[in-house]
Parts: sequence; structure tokens; C-alpha cells
Amino acid sequence: MTARVKYADVEVGSELPAVSFPVTRLSLVRYCGASGDFNVIHWNERIAKSVGLPDVIAHGMFTMAQAARYITDWTGDPGSMTEFGVRFSAPVVVPDDDTGASIEVTGTVEEKLDGDRVVVALTARSAGAKVLTRARAVVRLP
Amino acid sequence: MPVNKDFAGRTFPATKPYEVSRVKIAEFADAIGDPSPVFRDRDAAVAAGYPDVIAPPTFPIVVTMASSGSAVADPALGINYALVVHGEQRFEYTRPLRAGDVVTAQSTIESIREVGSNVLMNTRTELRTVAGELVCTAFSIIVERGGVGVA
Repeated sequence: MTARVKYADVEVGSELPAVSFPVTRLSLVRYCGASGDFNVIHWNERIAKSVGLPDVIAHGMFTMAQAARYITDWTGDPGSMTEFGVRFSAPVVVPDDDTGASIEVTGTVEEKLDGDRVVVALTARSAGAKVLTRARAVVRLP
Repeated sequence: MPVNKDFAGRTFPATKPYEVSRVKIAEFADAIGDPSPVFRDRDAAVAAGYPDVIAPPTFPIVVTMASSGSAVADPALGINYALVVHGEQRFEYTRPLRAGDVVTAQSTIESIREVGSNVLMNTRTELRTVAGELVCTAFSIIVERGGVGVA
């Protein structure tokens, strides 16, 4: 099991290491199936472009899932979140090639709360655009 | 057809019970690319302090979106679904959802408002076990872009 971050060891203002998460067309097809969200803009380039998008885009919830993983990989406990919210500020555009796109996530410890809880503010970018804003997770630590 | 503001404050019937399975959790974890054994292996989950395999933090959307989505899809509400994007999402957790939970979701449209040429709808969906335990609450903002406004 991964070592867990302890509340006493966390300092406000400290930065979490940046992590880059890949996303390909296959990721989106799998996420469609697993989530039940088959909106065509996540797999059909023709229709995505017809409604004004540059290409197929990732599900916002796929991006949110990567940001959640970023946090729980840091805490070492996938069940440590007590609150998690994001705004979807720009789409993650996923081209039809072997590389796909990437989502770069960074985080900063914003506040320590009572009850051994810590607030982490997140940013997520793809192709230079901020794809999540107002992203904030609250985790409970040992 | 404009969006019907009378729907603000309306609570929809709870969804039919949904049984959270280890297989579905593992499929979801594979799809988001998270390799944690706590999502797949009961022994690993127990070692981490959980009664069974737990679901990733965004897994509840599988259940809550079906609920809030059917509320938003009510023809009398007048949303043009082709124009809809997901604006914001937030979860408040009592505990992680886990294999064996049987849950229902119940959605309320909290507000409907116009911002420029968009209509923003805030929904709140409570996810409870059939025994009544609140597991998590999902707050969504659904945006209808460039529709015909509200009435």
C-alpha cells in the first residue's frame, strides 16, 4: 500500500508535484462505455465539428477523474476525499492520432481545516488552455 | 421553446435502486486509467480500512447523472439537449461508495437563471443507500448555450 500523507506533515502553501495524464480516442471510447455517457461529441469527429468544436473532446468527467486521481495518489488513500469540485472552463481536444492529448495537473495546499482535513487547490491544463478552474478538493488525512 | 423557470425548486422521483458491483467499479477504474488495487481487490481494500472494494471519487456520476439527466430531459422543462454542456461539478462525500451498496439518486433543480445568451441550471442529487444512508451529494451546473432563454 502507498504511504499515506499525514495531516501533521502537510504545510499550507506547499506545492504538489505536477503530473501529466494521457488521453486518447481509446480512453474516450472506454469512458463512454464505463460511464454510460455516449454523447457523440466524445467519439464522432464529424458531429463534434458540426456543432462548432475543433475536434472530438474529452468528457469533463474524464478530466475530473484524472484530477481526482492526482489528489488520491498524493494522499495515498483513494477514499480520502470529503469534497471535490471543479468548473469545466475549456474542452480537452483529443486528435485522432497515436499520441492523443495530455492533461497536466498541479496542486497547492491551500488551507488546513479542523478534523484533520486539508484543502488542495488544483489547476489542469491541456494544449496550453486551462481546462479546469475553481478546482478544489478537501481530503481527510490520518 | 424557452426554458420553463417554474421547474426551479422541483424535486424529481428517486431512481430505481442501483447495485454497485466490483466488476463495474473495476471497469470504471480501468476506463479512467487508475491502477489502484483498492478499486479491484477486496483484500487490498480491507487492508486499507474499507469493508469492500471502493469506487473512485467520480464514480457516483454514473448513478447521479442518470437521475439529473432525466430531470433535465423532461420535455416540459424545454431544454434543447443538443446545446447542453457540463459547466461545473462538485461532490460532497459522507464516505466512499463501495461494492455491495444499493443506492438511489434523487435530483432537485435548485435554480434556473440566464447569464448572457446561456441558461444555467443548478441541480443537486442525493445518493442514498436503500436503507436511507446519505453516501454523497452531487451538485451540477448544466449550461444550455445560446438557446432561446427562459420564461
